[in-house]
Amino acid sequence: MWTAFLTEQEMTQNVLQTNILESEAIYIFREVVAQFEKPVLLFSGGKDSITLVRLAQKAFFPSKIPFPLLHIDTGHNFPETIAFRDKLVEKLGLELIVRNVQDNIDAGKVTEETGKYASRNMLQTETLLDAIEEFGFDACIGGARRDEEKARAKERIFSVRDDFGQWDEKNQRPEVFDMLNGKINLGQNVRVFPISNWTELDVWSYIEKEQIEIPSIYFAHTRATFLRDGLIWSADDEVVYREEDEKIEERVIRFRTVGDMSCTAAVLSNAYDIASVVQEIRQSTISERGARIDDKRSEAAMEKRKQQGYF
Amino acid sequence: MDVLKIATAGSVDDGKSTLIGRILYDTQSLTDDKLEAIERNSKRKGFDYLDFSLATDGLVAEREQGITIDVAHIYFSTQNRSYIIADTPGHEEYTRNMVTGASTSQVAIILVDARKGVIEQTSRHFYINNLLRVKDIVFAVNKMDLVDYSEEKYLALFDEIQALVAKTTYKEQNITCIPVSALQGDNVVAKSSNMTWYSGKTLVEHLEQIQPQDVYEEAQTRFPIQTVIRPKTSEYHDFRGYAGKLYGGDIAVGDEVTILPSGTQSTVKEIFFYDQKFEKAGRGSSLTLTLTNDVNVSRGDMIVKTSEQPKVEKELSATICWMDKKPLRPNTKYSLQHGVNNVLAKIVDVETIEEANFSEEKTAVSQLQLNEIGEIQLKLSKPLFFDSYKKNKYNGGFILIDLQSNTTAGVGFIK
Repeated sequence: MWTAFLTEQEMTQNVLQTNILESEAIYIFREVVAQFEKPVLLFSGGKDSITLVRLAQKAFFPSKIPFPLLHIDTGHNFPETIAFRDKLVEKLGLELIVRNVQDNIDAGKVTEETGKYASRNMLQTETLLDAIEEFGFDACIGGARRDEEKARAKERIFSVRDDFGQWDEKNQRPEVFDMLNGKINLGQNVRVFPISNWTELDVWSYIEKEQIEIPSIYFAHTRATFLRDGLIWSADDEVVYREEDEKIEERVIRFRTVGDMSCTAAVLSNAYDIASVVQEIRQSTISERGARIDDKRSEAAMEKRKQQGYF
Repeated sequence: MDVLKIATAGSVDDGKSTLIGRILYDTQSLTDDKLEAIERNSKRKGFDYLDFSLATDGLVAEREQGITIDVAHIYFSTQNRSYIIADTPGHEEYTRNMVTGASTSQVAIILVDARKGVIEQTSRHFYINNLLRVKDIVFAVNKMDLVDYSEEKYLALFDEIQALVAKTTYKEQNITCIPVSALQGDNVVAKSSNMTWYSGKTLVEHLEQIQPQDVYEEAQTRFPIQTVIRPKTSEYHDFRGYAGKLYGGDIAVGDEVTILPSGTQSTVKEIFFYDQKFEKAGRGSSLTLTLTNDVNVSRGDMIVKTSEQPKVEKELSATICWMDKKPLRPNTKYSLQHGVNNVLAKIVDVETIEEANFSEEKTAVSQLQLNEIGEIQLKLSKPLFFDSYKKNKYNGGFILIDLQSNTTAGVGFIK
């Protein structure tokens, strides 16, 4: 069989069966460490970057993960995500670097958006590029997947960026077979996407099979929320702008992606455990990023952000 | 669940992106919000039908021009298996992106416009898929709605395709021909009521019954070393693991192996996948091996079974597909990447091939341009351990990297 990754039963047999997606991701991690001097894993606290951490463990066992994690903290993260991040880093003995968007705002380097749809999503890019320069990272590993969004479907596994972090989408390096060319010129860096070929369902099935811990906001819980444009928002007056006539109500919800509180809407859900989350994803008629207001700004919202250096 | 990788091919405007959109739509793989976006944008463009290509043409420049510039990777699944489709560009100037998409696929769908028949680009794409040794080829004769679903027309095209197929020397290939209309949905997922004269499988029915063991390559075992794992912790103080991906065949504990280029002999002691040990592993898996004795092994070396040695040579000849704007010229140097191994290569001879007519006629030239296919002779700074591409895809393929720009300039297939 040529499966995406192994089932528990297959793991207990003496013969290792082929597991295409998992082996591909492990192969990519090993290429990064062999070809680059200063790689870093971009860690958001979301399920995709948590999955990357597990795959990196697998790639280098019994050695520890040989690169640090970098979190670009917008200050608008869900508190549950931050608590989870700190626990994970401590448990695995990893190095965590945090850089705050707030610092750039305080220094007057960037201006915060205001009003109804204000988000710090765009401001992350500047902080990320600063961090790449500060530490001299030559490879930034991210959990982006091609099935998420149609501009991402065009992305290479090793995606070369210039010193402004820009993606030259019309002139990408050919990527043939599974050969990864990590040679770059001075000032360039590479964004690396080990789970490019995984779908949302692949990630959830993997989390279920591997029994990977994830932040509690991915599961159904009761939360104070309000409605806007048919989407459900977390009512946190400090971070999420709310009009006076947008009434707060308690709802049983969960989050399908973990972005900023200001741009990530919730879905009504009764999925209290991982098995029911997987079941819910299977039956869903809305795409994963359907609840991400940052993609809805225009049809080319993602492509534009990537050109500017967004991951 | 199985995973099957497919690439599309065919000339510009043959409807590749539309076909993929149709597959997604008819297999209920498009979510409501994505479908709404397609409806909204189709309307905005003034179309009276759903423009499915909007689902896959992810770049602004592509949507502006209504063409595909670069490969998009699309995912869908049925009850049976998962599919990864590389939607590739049809324009000749983007051939390199087409090769990128096809290089990892087991199946190619080559679209033929029912009104135009087999044209030069059909022939070129079939040639490239043969060069890449893609095992299963489906000719989808598209736009049957525009020729009144005519059986006569289809049979005439079928003969043209047969004539093209007869030119190839790659006889193990499985060839299938299906009349479809991507726009109207005939014979894509559901059987067409407009073509009752066609009794064969629909496109997706055909894809569903392809057996992975028939299209995934089986060859001799090759284990290139990506990195050496030495944890130096108290628990694993003497651990020395060789990390890499297994290609071609399988490997088992106790197998007698040779390490290249040193020629040192050893025996497989353990096979790790993460923290679990296995007795045996199949091709395609990322493993960590340990050997019974301490040997000097580093990145780029290769472990093979002692009974299955590859060639070890400092010269080679290959077919090459050129991918850089800067032409390939004799007497220039490139970095040659062969899997995870890099050596310097000097180009000795360059000849072109006219790929569209399968004549295998060669002409010596002073340079090979972007998107041209040719034959080259190379001299290497160090011996390479390789197989012929026909015998072992992984170990017979390489890329050439420009020493100034560092871009991937060409892909080679060793003779």
